[in-house]
Amino acid sequence: MKNRTFFWFILPTLSAMVLFIALPIVSVFIQSLHIEHEQVLVVSESCGPFGCSETTAVDAAATEALREAQPLGRFNGLKTYTNRSHLAFAEVAEAWRTTDSFLAFLNRMFNLPFYKALLFTMAYTAIVTPCVLVLGLAVATGVNNLPKLLKGPTIFFSLLPMIVTPLVGALILFWMVDGDGIIGNSLQSLFDDPSLSLKASPALTWMMLMVYGVWHSLPFSFIVFYAGLQTQPKDTMEAAMIDGATTWQRMRYVTIPHLMPLVTFVTLIQLMDNFRVFEPVVSFQAQAHAPTLSWIIYNDLRESGNPLYGSAGATSMMTIIGVAILLMPVLIRTWRDYTRKAAH
Amino acid sequence: MSTQALSRTTPLKIISLALVAAWLVIAAFPFFWTLWGSFKVQADFFSKADWTNALTGAETIRETGAAFTARGYYGAWVQEEFWRPVLNTLIVVFFTVIISLTFGTLGGYALARSGKRYAFWILMAALVFRAMPHITLVSGYLLPFFEWNVWGILPTTIIVLVAINQPFTLWMLHSFFLNIPKDMDESAMVDGCTRFQAFRHVIIPVMWPGVITTGLFSFLLAYNDFAVTSMLLSSENETMIPAIASFLGTTQVEGNVMFAVAAVVSATAPLFLLVMFFQRQIVSGLTAGAVKG
Repeated sequence: MKNRTFFWFILPTLSAMVLFIALPIVSVFIQSLHIEHEQVLVVSESCGPFGCSETTAVDAAATEALREAQPLGRFNGLKTYTNRSHLAFAEVAEAWRTTDSFLAFLNRMFNLPFYKALLFTMAYTAIVTPCVLVLGLAVATGVNNLPKLLKGPTIFFSLLPMIVTPLVGALILFWMVDGDGIIGNSLQSLFDDPSLSLKASPALTWMMLMVYGVWHSLPFSFIVFYAGLQTQPKDTMEAAMIDGATTWQRMRYVTIPHLMPLVTFVTLIQLMDNFRVFEPVVSFQAQAHAPTLSWIIYNDLRESGNPLYGSAGATSMMTIIGVAILLMPVLIRTWRDYTRKAAH
Repeated sequence: MSTQALSRTTPLKIISLALVAAWLVIAAFPFFWTLWGSFKVQADFFSKADWTNALTGAETIRETGAAFTARGYYGAWVQEEFWRPVLNTLIVVFFTVIISLTFGTLGGYALARSGKRYAFWILMAALVFRAMPHITLVSGYLLPFFEWNVWGILPTTIIVLVAINQPFTLWMLHSFFLNIPKDMDESAMVDGCTRFQAFRHVIIPVMWPGVITTGLFSFLLAYNDFAVTSMLLSSENETMIPAIASFLGTTQVEGNVMFAVAAVVSATAPLFLLVMFFQRQIVSGLTAGAVKG
């Protein structure tokens, strides 16, 4: 295709991506270097019969005018990145000095808002992704063994958790595990503890969100693996059977190697999607114990009337760096494949 | 020989069937439970006394005289005017899908037919963009949109959703166009068509299966979005999903959680139908990018 034709064909989609994905990243970066204006204070001295006193008042009009003139706020450099609600260098250093055991230090550090969110986001990604892979493969093998008539309906119902809106799906589960809902209620009577609440303990909240994550993503890996199983060559399988391979060995040495490219694909998509987990935190109202990076950005922006653009920008930049680190192996591999192909 | 050996019942097979059965219950039960419960009163669906109340509807009978009630739906749709967000969702979803597909087909076709190095780089950039958490992008939009006075209106949201949709749409349509033989449009060009004419007269007639599948996923992205719509729309232009989220805040206080339950069921119903009618396309779309590696 000629360069000029290519340009006209790609122009709409490229300009949409540059304007609304690439430029916002730049805008986020600039925002993260600025901080909201302080309120303009006016000191007025009033003198009465008992001497003079100084009163300080907020000059609302002047503050408003300043905000109007410089909506970005004042330049703050990298200070937002290092303040208490982000990397918190001072607090971490203090925790390092004052705590005597490493565990206590970690405990202090992961109670700081940014590290807490980072810890949960990474734990969520690291736990949900392998669970989804393994269970998805197990379900796919099971469905593959089903009689033909049952396959269609099974796939239909399996798709639902993935297709449903994340916020809504999480709400549906939340209402069930709520203290008054069916699962929550049953658990209370099972353990004979009427105060048992999945929301109250950090460990249970984490578990609840991860169970949701697996429930939501399992259909995706299931469908992909199921499609992979359909293309599996019958000959290899029969040869393995003739050689006396057990079911387990056939799975391990024939099926899984055949599915390996799909495993890479599902892992890549899952890492990307799980790292930005956001809606379930809103639905489960789990922000106290299990905030995520996306959630703290949302929370900064939601401050009604006075959104913290600088703070949200700094967290966003660090999240983007996290995504880049996550994607690096994939990008390097693709690049190598591409240059090898081009060399031939 | 092989069929007989493969159909023998082994313990492993029983375990795997049990797993499938368990998964089906876990996947489907929450939906049916919520659908059933949405026709009860709150005292039944969130029963403090006994969860079987939700099945029998003891409180529902006491409060309304019948075992099923549409109070939640009346409250959501009439009292809280849930039809407004539904209408907004329709507008947003319709335009997002149409514009996404138009942009995506042109771009995907160009990428599939160009063997140049920059085409590869555009695809790589799209992959990176696909991984961006949406909320990080939203924090970049807010301030400029306020400054330009375009915050809160539907067109802004539509164009943002289109852009966020592009990476995925491009990848998907790119792989569909790779499957359409190059000879088709090239022979048209030998016959004297320009590239665009070849695209219009030769490619467009055969591209619909791929476009419909991609359209389904664009639809899902626009319909399911919460991060963008909740931050970029003013309360009167709200779409369905942020409306449900704000329902939770207001109705929980007034004891009208059932409004939210009814709204949730209303929002899920179209997706149910979508899977029912387009199951094959959804499955093929999910695997299209994957099977090629």
